[in-house]
Amino acid sequence: MTLPGKAAIAGIGATEFSKDSGRSELRLAAEAVSAALADAGLKPSDVDGLVTFTMDGNAEIAVARELGIPELSFFSRVHYGGGAAAATVQQAAMAVATGVADVVVAYRAFNERSGHRFGQVSGAAAQQVNTSGVDNAFHYPMGLATPAATVAMVAQRYLHTYGATSEDFGRVAVVDREHAATNPNAWFFGQPITLAEHQASRWVAEPLHLLDCCQESDGGVALVVTSTERARDLPRPPAVIAAAAQGSGPDQYIMTSYYRDDLAALPEMGVVGGQLWRQAGITQADVDVAVLYDHFTPYVLMQLEELGFCGRGEAKDFVRDGALGLDGALPLNPHGGQLGEAYIHGMNGIAEAVRQIRGSAVNQVGGVRHVLVTAGTGVPTSGLVLAAS
Amino acid sequence: MRGIEEAAKHIAAQGESRARLARDPVNQAMVNNWVEALGDGNPAYTDPEFARGSVHGGLVAPPAMAQVWTMNGLHGTRADDDPLGAMMSVLDEAGYTSVVATDSEQTYHRYLRHGEHVAASTRLEGVVGPKRTALGEGWFVTTRTTWSVAGEPVAEMMFRVLKFRPAGEPAPAPDPAAVLRPVISRDTEFFWAGTRVGELRIQRWGGGTLRHPPGPVAPNGDLAAKPDHVVANGTGTVYSYVVHHHPKVPGKRPPFVVALVELDEGVRMLGELLDAGPEDVYIGLPVEVSFVRVDDELTLPAWKVRS
Repeated sequence: MTLPGKAAIAGIGATEFSKDSGRSELRLAAEAVSAALADAGLKPSDVDGLVTFTMDGNAEIAVARELGIPELSFFSRVHYGGGAAAATVQQAAMAVATGVADVVVAYRAFNERSGHRFGQVSGAAAQQVNTSGVDNAFHYPMGLATPAATVAMVAQRYLHTYGATSEDFGRVAVVDREHAATNPNAWFFGQPITLAEHQASRWVAEPLHLLDCCQESDGGVALVVTSTERARDLPRPPAVIAAAAQGSGPDQYIMTSYYRDDLAALPEMGVVGGQLWRQAGITQADVDVAVLYDHFTPYVLMQLEELGFCGRGEAKDFVRDGALGLDGALPLNPHGGQLGEAYIHGMNGIAEAVRQIRGSAVNQVGGVRHVLVTAGTGVPTSGLVLAAS
Repeated sequence: MRGIEEAAKHIAAQGESRARLARDPVNQAMVNNWVEALGDGNPAYTDPEFARGSVHGGLVAPPAMAQVWTMNGLHGTRADDDPLGAMMSVLDEAGYTSVVATDSEQTYHRYLRHGEHVAASTRLEGVVGPKRTALGEGWFVTTRTTWSVAGEPVAEMMFRVLKFRPAGEPAPAPDPAAVLRPVISRDTEFFWAGTRVGELRIQRWGGGTLRHPPGPVAPNGDLAAKPDHVVANGTGTVYSYVVHHHPKVPGKRPPFVVALVELDEGVRMLGELLDAGPEDVYIGLPVEVSFVRVDDELTLPAWKVRS
């Protein structure tokens, strides 16, 4: 049995994206799941599986209790922060394809701005009593203690190795914000930026400016996965899961894979990409829209290279001249990405991929057949190819 | 220094902030409070009949109230494009944490009438320093604010502050005890035991293969193998680095440099680069180990530029 094509995303739902939701994370999760089920034309009693991130604060059973989901036969969590995003859909698709569950909802909900902020230094992360805590002993005490700083270390080496510049990073931010500017659900709706503004924004961790870093958001997103066959009978056009993959690379760490031969690379995304092309039976040229995880701009350039859209070190040339715009060779993050729309740990990007397949996005790209979505980078990660039915 | 001047240049290049509208239009209630507080008895501000017969032909507001109308209020926040706020943050971060207003010049183009809605916008005119002053070393920051009604300028203000590091108060040293302490396992305790006695230890397997960070299994998978360690020379070169600015990190004063160093023995290791600023660090910079003692239990490896 193989996975591709067996399952589809039949419903998407979200809360508003804000900086202060004013309600509990569990309430956000319940609202997002409820909205996704309504979108799919299904009821809570149809759900028999729930999947989320290990980082999510809302237990599957808590979400089930709130929504009146009577029984669950499948519940699962995926680790490694934002690297889990596409993998939650993979888990759901595997459960559906194997008959373990019929309707699985993947969700992520948090008050990441008004509550626990990932951009701050986390003593709890530094001092967790497990192998990750032992790993962290070799960078937190030395002052390398935020996600931005851990990315900056790789970005600095990337600039040095390939002669890229901060402006090359900035072009990603400009594209995201340009797309967010025409998305009413985006936090930065109506607020595009220029490359000069990117350059003038304050340093967070050199070589990263503030505008290289995604925002912090409150909100929730949920995705309903069921068999492609069943999805065809539901109200929305199915977004077929043509490929779903996870990946970790050699000598892998969480955000600090600094001891590999090549620091200026994301081999874990290469592991994901290879599987996606094989499973979906497509090549880079068949991708109509790319939703690439954009917590920090340098990793968007490096993903383009790992996924084979351009050669190693050539992303700086690839992103020039509007290639990532809605009419470009590879439209990127039409919703505005996490820099522009919201930071919901990659799940809002999957919802956008579904809208692009349905043809219902605010910044709709014409004739979309295949959308590539990736999850968090710098960590063990995941990806999807969604296809029109 | 160059960081401050560059930041100032960037902020100045952004020009005027977006016009920020006053909370309320010009109104009698606010005028009454203001003239009472300042003891200004001019009836042109408070007596409608007198005002009608005056050169103004009706009630006007005191021109010196220009700034009053657009104040942020008790719980207000600066606009995110406010150049003074941006410059203050840059200087705070550089350790110039105290502020005193030094001088201000206001120019009034005309009187304001009740019901007019004033908006203010500000640009950064200049940043000069560092200067030694009686208060301490600091930078003079000059902004110019223009108040306007429907695009017509009605008043202007040059405003200058001294942002300084209080004299006799050298920037406080970070509290070493605030450092995020390492989680230590049986596999890594030899490393931390080494730093305590001034040794930079690298795990060694099979008499040859070096590994950092260390772990419990030989790189070749031989479960029977037992590791020992070598003491590194302590010299190497910067392989990559970060200049950390935001947010605050316990035990560190921003901006600080963290360097990933390739040791002469061939492994990479992280540590703070203690004596090179953002302008001095580069990939390839030769460094040597330096040990930062936190307390009896913990000593951190760090780097200094090799002379």
